[in-house]
Amino acid sequence: MRKVIMGNHAASHAVRLARAQVIAAYPITPQTQIVEELSEMCASGQLAAKFLKVESEHSAMASIIAASSTGVRTFTATSSQGLALMHELLHWASGARLPLVMVNVNRALAAGWNIWTEQTDSLAQRDTGWCQLYVEDNQEVLDTVLQAYRVAEQIALPVMVCYDAFILSHTYEPVDIPDQDRVDAFLPVFSPTRLLDPLNPCSFSALVQPEHYMEMRYRIQQSMDEAIGVFRTAGEELHRHFGRRYGNLETVATDDAEVVLVTAASMTGPARLAVRKLRAEGVPIGLLKVRLFRPFPTAEVRAALAGKKKAIIVDRNISFGKGGIFADEIRAAMSNVDERPKIFGYVAGLGGRDITPAFLEAIAREALEKEDPPELEMKL
Amino acid sequence: MAMVEIRFHGRGGQGAVIAGKILACALFKEGKWVQSFPMFGVERRGAPVTAFTRFDEEKIFVRSNIYEPDHVVVLDQTLIQAANVTNGLKAGGCVLVNSPQAPHHFSTLDRYAVAVVDASRIALEHRLGSRSAPIVNTAILGGFARATGLVSIDAVVAAIVEEVPVHPEANASAARAAFEATAIAVDCGLVRAVGTT
Repeated sequence: MRKVIMGNHAASHAVRLARAQVIAAYPITPQTQIVEELSEMCASGQLAAKFLKVESEHSAMASIIAASSTGVRTFTATSSQGLALMHELLHWASGARLPLVMVNVNRALAAGWNIWTEQTDSLAQRDTGWCQLYVEDNQEVLDTVLQAYRVAEQIALPVMVCYDAFILSHTYEPVDIPDQDRVDAFLPVFSPTRLLDPLNPCSFSALVQPEHYMEMRYRIQQSMDEAIGVFRTAGEELHRHFGRRYGNLETVATDDAEVVLVTAASMTGPARLAVRKLRAEGVPIGLLKVRLFRPFPTAEVRAALAGKKKAIIVDRNISFGKGGIFADEIRAAMSNVDERPKIFGYVAGLGGRDITPAFLEAIAREALEKEDPPELEMKL
Repeated sequence: MAMVEIRFHGRGGQGAVIAGKILACALFKEGKWVQSFPMFGVERRGAPVTAFTRFDEEKIFVRSNIYEPDHVVVLDQTLIQAANVTNGLKAGGCVLVNSPQAPHHFSTLDRYAVAVVDASRIALEHRLGSRSAPIVNTAILGGFARATGLVSIDAVVAAIVEEVPVHPEANASAARAAFEATAIAVDCGLVRAVGTT
């Protein structure tokens, strides 16, 4: 059924269709409507899940870690300060190999207090062992949450689905909400290989000595490497079941492009318009949308950018003292490639500042003209 | 038809954001791609609120605020000066105002087509909200259908019945009453173009 819904409710519907069994959440703008809708779905009987109201985001994460350990499908959602408060337990979730799924609605961190979008909150969690995806529109929110459950349970690692505050979370647009039986066909029932079970007592995550700890980390890294292909396959399966295609990356008009604009999340929409306009003028420019950020699809990024003259990366985030985080990842990914493009990194749109097609077009024109990239260009 | 952009000006509690959403749902029923969102921020009762609706024949990729709307809907006439409602409004655009006054009263808006409907009175007649705070967002959409011809009143009514959780029938009747009661000073241009006058 196609309906006009906000991004947050697209997430709620995905969690309902995934038949989550335990949901724990603490409200925070701009995420609250996700769990508000889920609590109503639980109350009305549409969703047979246990809904836990907890006293903090730290407790929300602790609750779903405990629930997931018993072999059930779980969900939580948060933003910004709430995600920061969860930080300690994010490491625990991946270390314990739990297939948690969480939505993070990207919101800037205080101080100063700001409820608008920016991706520094989740990107600051990139080393916690969670997979991360950044999505472009409300349909992709719904589809990616379904993909997240499928991949998380296959690789036994948690997945974070990230989308921009207000620009998606509070914006209404048409979304196809698939029927339950079609989702059931895409997403099989969760059958954990290990779980807390009173009939088969055992303990998890006790003291691990140096002779074993590194092997555990090695296996997480192996699973992350494997996840790149698992996400790709799950994206193809999404297409087979629902007719919508999602790669780890998406390229637009890059084959004959000399210059490639690189974006993630909701600014990809306006970037499509900017690239379309420049193309119409004969500028040999293409677009690369990076959807999967962890694990980082290095080989796919190399294939998309090798041989190009320039890559223009626009980051809605900042690692202070370094620069845009996607730009840095791409710089690293291209470092051993002989035919690599010059990397132009720009930081823009922090704290919800509007990013228009004209603004992205202007950035692209500037990079096209300049011979050498700036170390860091903050576009105020 | 190219993309059409509409900006709503209201006060917190009047339902401007929901008006934008219901309009989007009505246009979606007529086969359009739609996008509707509030001016992102913190809403307070009584404070000025801005909301936006876009529609097009094709998928919409732009995601910024609407700076140069095709049409403007004003749910509270005290906002005409206070919120500078015509800021960026395209020439030939329509300003629809919730007001008991006649269109010619709004002579400061004479660069634009002005349409007026007493949505507050109609809302109260349908017991929507209170005398001090009538809920005018459904009535005003009837006025929008009449003033611009961009959407049919039947689609607006169908969207209201689906989207309004409380008193959907009273809200739908209010929209129909407003459709009949809307006064237009200058045709909004589009009205004749789509032949609904």
